[in-house]
Amino acid sequence: MDQELLLWVRGTGLQIATAVFVLGMSYRVLHLLLLGRKPSLAVARGSEWAGGLRTMWQRSFMLPSLSGRGLFTVIAGYVFHVGFLITLFFLSQHIDLFRAVFGFGWPALPRGVIDVAAVLAIGAMVALLVHRFIDPVKRLLSGFEDFLTWTLSFLPLLTGFMLLRNIGFEYLTLLTLHIASVELLMVVAPFTKLAHMFTTFMARWYNGAVNGFKGINA
Amino acid sequence: MTEHETLEQRLHEQGISRRSFLKFCAAMATMMALPPSSATAIAAALSQAKRPSVIWLSFQECTGCTESLTRSHSPTLESMIFDLISLDYHHTLQAASGFAAEQARDEAMKEFHGKYLLLVDGSIPLKDGGVYSTIAGRTNLDMLQEAAAGAAAIVAVGSCAAFGGLPNAQPNPTGAVAVSDIIKDKPIINISGCPPIPAVITAVLAHYLTFGALPALDDLGRPKAFYGETIHDRCYRRPMYEQGKFAKSFDDEGARNGWCLYELGCKGPTTHNACATTKWNGGAGFPIEAGHGCLGCSEPKFWDVGSFYTPLPAPAADVTAFAQAAALAGAAAAVVLSTADRAKQRRAQRSRQKLTVSDLKGE
Repeated sequence: MDQELLLWVRGTGLQIATAVFVLGMSYRVLHLLLLGRKPSLAVARGSEWAGGLRTMWQRSFMLPSLSGRGLFTVIAGYVFHVGFLITLFFLSQHIDLFRAVFGFGWPALPRGVIDVAAVLAIGAMVALLVHRFIDPVKRLLSGFEDFLTWTLSFLPLLTGFMLLRNIGFEYLTLLTLHIASVELLMVVAPFTKLAHMFTTFMARWYNGAVNGFKGINA
Repeated sequence: MTEHETLEQRLHEQGISRRSFLKFCAAMATMMALPPSSATAIAAALSQAKRPSVIWLSFQECTGCTESLTRSHSPTLESMIFDLISLDYHHTLQAASGFAAEQARDEAMKEFHGKYLLLVDGSIPLKDGGVYSTIAGRTNLDMLQEAAAGAAAIVAVGSCAAFGGLPNAQPNPTGAVAVSDIIKDKPIINISGCPPIPAVITAVLAHYLTFGALPALDDLGRPKAFYGETIHDRCYRRPMYEQGKFAKSFDDEGARNGWCLYELGCKGPTTHNACATTKWNGGAGFPIEAGHGCLGCSEPKFWDVGSFYTPLPAPAADVTAFAQAAALAGAAAAVVLSTADRAKQRRAQRSRQKLTVSDLKGE
């Protein structure tokens, strides 16, 4: 790995990845929104907005009624997402990046907390992959896209942790690999199920709004 | 020039004791990560070494490398050793000038053909036939090729000679290249840095005199003993990095308390050099000790790899304009495709044939 490659991933590579990511995501989100719905002719029994917002909020927590069906998947899934988001938004180096791009930052979490979050996220991802192979139903449901998105989400976490803890390779090599792996994720994300990073809350609102309109207390 | 007496004799004449000499040899052995016993081997070899002929060619450079070598360590043993090689040609340091100087170079090249060490600082311009830097009416390229032909080995001193350096920076108007871009058939050792650490030059020469060969080199041709680790690996502020204590500006409390300069653009993590251990100005310190981040001067293209004050995680180019354009393009694509979808839907609705009772009856 050399300096020029690092400069490329920090410069041109990042520009390409950002352009593809933003273009893809804005297209996906707006396209979904523009699909629209036919106006319902029925009399509303409740508020769409109240139901929508309530579901967006409630589905962010583990529901006891759901966890019984796949406790492992639910818990490991939460551990991964929480760990991933903590490392993404609260590592000081990442905040440096956000500050450079958006012009503002926020306080970082201590490195020990980041380490624990990263290790938990990596462990949860490995456990979920193993479970995907062991569990017959999950194995049947898994396809190429599932393994692709798993790999693309896993690599930034792994290279980032190695970089932070100085494991395996040189800083230059690991920094280049880390940034490159994130760019790969950014390029692929809008066109796979990883687009859920933006569409999840829209989908929740939609479900909640439909139920709210019908007066279902869900 | 032709008086190639042994090093020990010269040292004795200049009042350097045997004890100081042995201490120097031990220091050299330590710096190059050689086993302790090799200090005596170095002493034995150096004390008997004839002053090797050295030709120093300066091309597109700022003389900073020479300044670094001659000024900062002037009263120490390292520079005495440097005195004691036979520096037969050096633009800046030689007393001779004009024809006499060029003649000295010619004579040294003839007399020690195949044996002399060629030290080069500065890059070599290739554009337009190399006219952008000439000495005594000859291009740098011509002079380098002639001198390299009879050299035992070439030492590229400083980042310009090693990697092209500042003259090579975008847009590189003179077509400047490194020594290794031109000379392919001689051992070349790159002592990069802007300027390089004087002790590294001395140690490489001592190694050459002792073992008759160049030290182990990394993939960029730099001696591993000095360029094997990064500034960050050996930085005394490393614990601050590990603890996440970062100075946010050059004069905040963190900076005053000696916190890590990573967020102020320090390139220590990606820079290989011995500044943090060997230090500068007779061991007084190195840039980070003076409160400024590492510029990465011993790495190729260090002028072109982004601002000195951009932190490593930050983008090296503007991404905002790309993001805005991409957002507009994505939105436009969504609107166009949605409109097309709806038009298709309407067409389908219009062309739908109504099912009649007679259809159901099968008439």
